[in-house]
Amino acid sequence: MLQAGEWAYSETLKEHFMNPKNILQGENTDDFDGVGMEGNLQCGDQMMVVIKVDKEKDTITDCQWKTYGCASAIASTSVLSEMVKGRTLDDAFHISPKEVALELGGLPDHKIHCSVLGDKALRAAINNYYTRNGQEDKVKQEQAKVICQCMNITDHDIEDAVLEGARTYFELQEHTKCGTVCGQCKDETEVLLEKYKHIHFGA
Amino acid sequence: MKVYFDHNATTPLHPEVKKEMIAAMEMFGNPSSMHAYGREARANVEDARRKVADFIGAKENEIIFVGSGSEANNTVLSLFVCSSSQCIPGSRRGTIITTKIEHPCVLETSECLAHQGVRVKYLNVDRYGKVDLDQLAGMLGDDVGLVSVMMANNEIGTLQDIEAITKMVHACGAYMHTDAVQAVGKVPVDVRKLGVDFLTISAHKIYGPKGVGALFVKHGTPYCPLIRGGHQERGRRAGTENTLGILGMGRAAEMRMIEMPEEEERLLHLKQVLQQGIEESIDDISINGHPTDGLASTLNVSFTGVEGEAILLYLDLEGIAVSTGSACASGSLDPSHVLLATGVDAELAHGSIRFSMGRESSMQEVEYLLDVLPPIIQRIRNMSTAYIKGGLHAASR
Repeated sequence: MLQAGEWAYSETLKEHFMNPKNILQGENTDDFDGVGMEGNLQCGDQMMVVIKVDKEKDTITDCQWKTYGCASAIASTSVLSEMVKGRTLDDAFHISPKEVALELGGLPDHKIHCSVLGDKALRAAINNYYTRNGQEDKVKQEQAKVICQCMNITDHDIEDAVLEGARTYFELQEHTKCGTVCGQCKDETEVLLEKYKHIHFGA
Repeated sequence: MKVYFDHNATTPLHPEVKKEMIAAMEMFGNPSSMHAYGREARANVEDARRKVADFIGAKENEIIFVGSGSEANNTVLSLFVCSSSQCIPGSRRGTIITTKIEHPCVLETSECLAHQGVRVKYLNVDRYGKVDLDQLAGMLGDDVGLVSVMMANNEIGTLQDIEAITKMVHACGAYMHTDAVQAVGKVPVDVRKLGVDFLTISAHKIYGPKGVGALFVKHGTPYCPLIRGGHQERGRRAGTENTLGILGMGRAAEMRMIEMPEEEERLLHLKQVLQQGIEESIDDISINGHPTDGLASTLNVSFTGVEGEAILLYLDLEGIAVSTGSACASGSLDPSHVLLATGVDAELAHGSIRFSMGRESSMQEVEYLLDVLPPIIQRIRNMSTAYIKGGLHAASR
């Protein structure tokens, strides 16, 4: 007979959950150069990332965080805070959820969306730093493009749905309700579906 | 220390059940066979049927053994879409009434029936999880064929007044089903006193084996099998009987009859100590469920600013098993439908933990939990964006 199986999570993730690194102590963020926050409590996930920046070299010298969320949300913010130290702002801005998941030793499919918030919060913190330091020109907005006009579904919604487990057009519709009215966006949606499956899951 | 506080999910085998099942391992006959092997199996199945019937005050021929509580619930609801004259006629009385806090096996089956043309109405519950009887009175009419209301809720433990509901339902000429999976074995259940037409029981919630349940169908009630193609269970549930499981279920029912009466007071005391301990040692919590009219063994607590899966897994690392109404633990995106139906805010529903105790739960276990839990909550709150002492929430709320 088999003994109790391991958690659904990797050993690395478990370690970051048991001993999270770089938690922001208290509420004061005045010492930091950039503050970003993403997610909301009603959905069960919210992350705040704060960074200190070496203004000469444009590199991140310190990264701390607070997270309201499940084990993989806590661990992914913890591992992200380790990953970004010493990186340039530009480099850190382009960290993808896939890299975070990889660093954690993989995430179960339905938990991928938990690791998406961390990098979003980091980008918000970097943009916040640019804004505070008179470098608005460097702020990169993540403009969403509406794909399904009837249901007002954007490419970001479609990407989120893929990260949350949608793999087919039907599953995408179940997640987002996209294309459930006139259906004209089907072709464009399917292209995006394949693109995000490829980006995030190598499929 | 190992603490199992998840008895509403499943229970360990009662030692007596285990003993009897091990002794019966060699029994392999098919109860349908006429030879000695078959007769041995048949005798044991019928003995178990008598024990289960005795336990809920039913007659033996009113008990159908099935594969699970979910199967029993599916069977009752599915009576509705069968057009056979023996079944509840869907055409004249094509409405089902159920509640928003049922187990998914009732809710999802209802949704499926709705796609097949059955009208389904859902009763609201109050903040304690009690069904709105005025709303029920308003819904009942000659279009209603079946009402299905769970007796005790699995997540918050709230008990419904099934006897009163059944009287209302029968007065309008409809049939009454109760999913009593969480009630049977924890509170006295007598089908005659309740008056119900259908009642669902599961073996693994009463210290019996998994993979076996029973459906009570009152004599004379329209019925149609969900699983067809055999004469087993008097043609009401095809498939060779799970003889070993059924034998275990019979023994489990028998043991519950002996042990249940003296257990409730003890469990209620443990729950009071646990609740009081949590209230005294942890700020900003709320208790879900009915303050008095609920299961003695079930305590459901919401912790502000803390996500439930994180609590569950930190407790698991300390050897304590509980469950949560958080979305993250379920794999869906929504938190507990039961808590949302009682009006609990989604954020608090994500931070809910269910402690469900059982026959072997002890004061030592409660004390150990009370030692371990407060620092865990403190630790998670320290890293949470949501929790700032004083109740203020962080910026982007």
